[in-house]
Amino acid sequence: MTGHVAHGGAGKAAGNRPRTLLWLQSGGCGGCSMSLLNAEHPTLFEALRMAGIELLWHPSLSERSGGDFIALLEDIVAGRQRLDILCLEGSVMCGPNGTGRFHMLAGTGRPMRDWIADLAQVAGTVVAVGSCAAFGGMTAAGCNPGEACGLQYDGNRRGGLLGEDFRARDGLPVVNIAGCPTHPDWVLQTLALLAADELAEQRDLDELARPRFYTDHLVHHGCPRNEYYEFKASAERPGELGCMMEHMGCLGTQARADCNIRPWNGGGSCLKGGHACINCTAPGFETPAHPFQQTPKIAGIPVGLPSDMPKAWFVALASLAKAATPERLRRNATSEQVRVPPTGGRKTP
Amino acid sequence: MNRQGRIAAGAGGQELATGAVGATGEGSASARRIVAGPFNRVEGDVEVVLEIADGRVRQARVHAPLFRGFELMLHGRDPRDALAYVPRICGICSVSQSMAAAAALADAMNLRPAANGRIAANLVLACENVADHITHFYLFFMPDFASKQYAGRGWHEEVCARFVAQSGAAAQEVLPARAQWMHITGLLAGKWPHTLAIQPGGTTRPVSAAEKMRLRQIIKRFRQFLEQVLFAAPLEEVAALQDVQALEHFVQRHADGDFARFVQLADDLALHEVGRGPARFMSFGAHEAPGEAHGDGAHLFARGVFANGVVQPLDEQAIAEDASHAWLGADRAATHPFDGATLPEADKAGAYTWSKAPRLNGEVVEVGALARQVVDGQPLACALLDDAGRGSVLARVVARLLEVARIVPAMERWVAALAPDGGFCTHGEMPQEARGAGLVEAARGSLGHWLVVRNGRILNYQIVAPTTWNFSPRDAAGRPGALEQALEGLAVDDAAADDVRIQHVVRSFDPCMVCTVH
Repeated sequence: MTGHVAHGGAGKAAGNRPRTLLWLQSGGCGGCSMSLLNAEHPTLFEALRMAGIELLWHPSLSERSGGDFIALLEDIVAGRQRLDILCLEGSVMCGPNGTGRFHMLAGTGRPMRDWIADLAQVAGTVVAVGSCAAFGGMTAAGCNPGEACGLQYDGNRRGGLLGEDFRARDGLPVVNIAGCPTHPDWVLQTLALLAADELAEQRDLDELARPRFYTDHLVHHGCPRNEYYEFKASAERPGELGCMMEHMGCLGTQARADCNIRPWNGGGSCLKGGHACINCTAPGFETPAHPFQQTPKIAGIPVGLPSDMPKAWFVALASLAKAATPERLRRNATSEQVRVPPTGGRKTP
Repeated sequence: MNRQGRIAAGAGGQELATGAVGATGEGSASARRIVAGPFNRVEGDVEVVLEIADGRVRQARVHAPLFRGFELMLHGRDPRDALAYVPRICGICSVSQSMAAAAALADAMNLRPAANGRIAANLVLACENVADHITHFYLFFMPDFASKQYAGRGWHEEVCARFVAQSGAAAQEVLPARAQWMHITGLLAGKWPHTLAIQPGGTTRPVSAAEKMRLRQIIKRFRQFLEQVLFAAPLEEVAALQDVQALEHFVQRHADGDFARFVQLADDLALHEVGRGPARFMSFGAHEAPGEAHGDGAHLFARGVFANGVVQPLDEQAIAEDASHAWLGADRAATHPFDGATLPEADKAGAYTWSKAPRLNGEVVEVGALARQVVDGQPLACALLDDAGRGSVLARVVARLLEVARIVPAMERWVAALAPDGGFCTHGEMPQEARGAGLVEAARGSLGHWLVVRNGRILNYQIVAPTTWNFSPRDAAGRPGALEQALEGLAVDDAAADDVRIQHVVRSFDPCMVCTVH
């Protein structure tokens, strides 16, 4: 099936049939849904309408409750209701001791894990929304007390709930819209691609089955602190303007996402908010071997250098850059405000 | 599937009862037990087991069916890592969790935040709280009135057109207004939810004079939405409402607003008589803002406990968590959170939820916007309590919107008070041995974090969230939690499990279940 688009060649012939979407939440915080409400141009409901997606049910947005909802799940599993896209937000809860009892779906007396497994078997495509559903994510942090895992990954190991060979009815593996939280447009554009049969596995998904339209970028791309990075003019404490890679734990040069190109909440991003990127689109980001806001170093050199740059070159360039750091950047880097503005282009009197 | 025939199950998956069971003890052969849930349009998963006799709820038990274990994850980490973990407890109260963690860290570090940083953090928290109130009203609560159970009511058709889930006209206006409102947090904290901008010493995002103007524009635009669509009146007029009569006049004069629509509906359905909670309210004090003349002098909305018509000071030491009915180990006496533990024990006998039962001086309290407003002495909120001093579905919803009308003008003052040249973040060291408490008000009520540091690492971190108070199970003395009390005596129809009145009561608390169980 590799190289196929979802729904195979028959996709286009299906015409304008609305695609049905069921959204479930399990071991997570609901933050990806909340982020979805931040969508603008178009807003959430507009985007779904434009994509031809019919929302069968969403825990925050639908009228149906209780028995009506359980009846819907039963209809889907029994094949009486077609399900094109199944979205899971939050980790799959397998504990305690593999029983799944850490999340029993209310009103059903059954582990949510088992409902998810049944629904995945009949869904056209299965989508993991957020790093929890994709890899286990934050809910799997530390000692992973909940025995949380992702739909098709457990951390960076393939497998998870559905197993490494799982493919949904239309041929795709679980599509992992990783992020903590997800950007609303990552989710809405992926869903639009799926509804239009335009998501091709080989072309559009990366090695962790994340949509490449946002993971082909690094968080570093478009970072407003790039000049500080170039000259290794570093912030030393929270709130300072300099590059946060050297001391403040920033992983933007390694993190796969377009956060500094695609605006969050009208123009923000973690970096623009003055705090480090913690690489939330990656499996295992939730349990770093160092404090989140502190760069681990060996002999004064940060351990996590840009992933595809030879280390020796980086060190050599960094020490050259440091030697050449303009006074302006050196001073501004450890200040909350720009103390020394650029003077380029101005004629000296 | 027979709606009454669903099976309740504990964490053990064992059958508790079915809808058609007969006697459930206490001498009433006509009592039956039903399971309501899952409830959507609440944050997270919740199930309520009701014992019904003679058309009324005789007893309710609230089940929180999810366990994740954040407190265990935090054990052994660098204390500052709490700032990355705790926002992710909850995607809807994310900033509140950040604020509580930053306050607990600052307490442990003995650090005073920079004045600007404190204002900026308060703006971010207020942005979240207001957004949550609006989201609750428009997307979670009002769609219930489009229920087919109300078909035939004079207002049903109009309410469906306006509030039906997803396609109602109101949602199309609310989503863009809400999304633009969140630009405040985009600017001041990078993104929502889950920011690291809120630090023990303030915030990481200094604001320029031009950005102050931008913040002012965002607030102004949202004020227009509130004054044209939600209230159809100036915010100041809403905030000044003094009593029930004034509310009635307001509703007549501003009938075009969604607020008036709700009050009229609530009147028709007598929602002031539904969902009576405990007659005791608690607030940790909301928005510690320098220069605020309101509240207790330190907070925009005062700190304290309201009962029997009087506000008493809050004694933080009197808070204790009881785990007698939770699937959590260490079944001992109720414990102050500094000494608490949260260890799962899925087979514990007599337990029915993953939530503990926090108590204040052994008493059940209600928290949330209504609690904040009565503790602060807002006259209309106080007037909406019944003779016994209890809240209701109507009181909770009105208090939330009243609070919106009071916070937004305060935010305008805070923006004006930001000093672009002053510092936004102070800095300090975490001692090797320390403890700290962070008490804040989230949209849904009082949120507390208690941190113990040993050898520079987190030894214990305990969280008591707003809905842990409101949706708590029984305690060792058998006292039901706030929602459990609010459901007792509710008249329900034959298809009780899906009776929309149960949903009004549950949703009137705006529960956040992911925070509850964390």
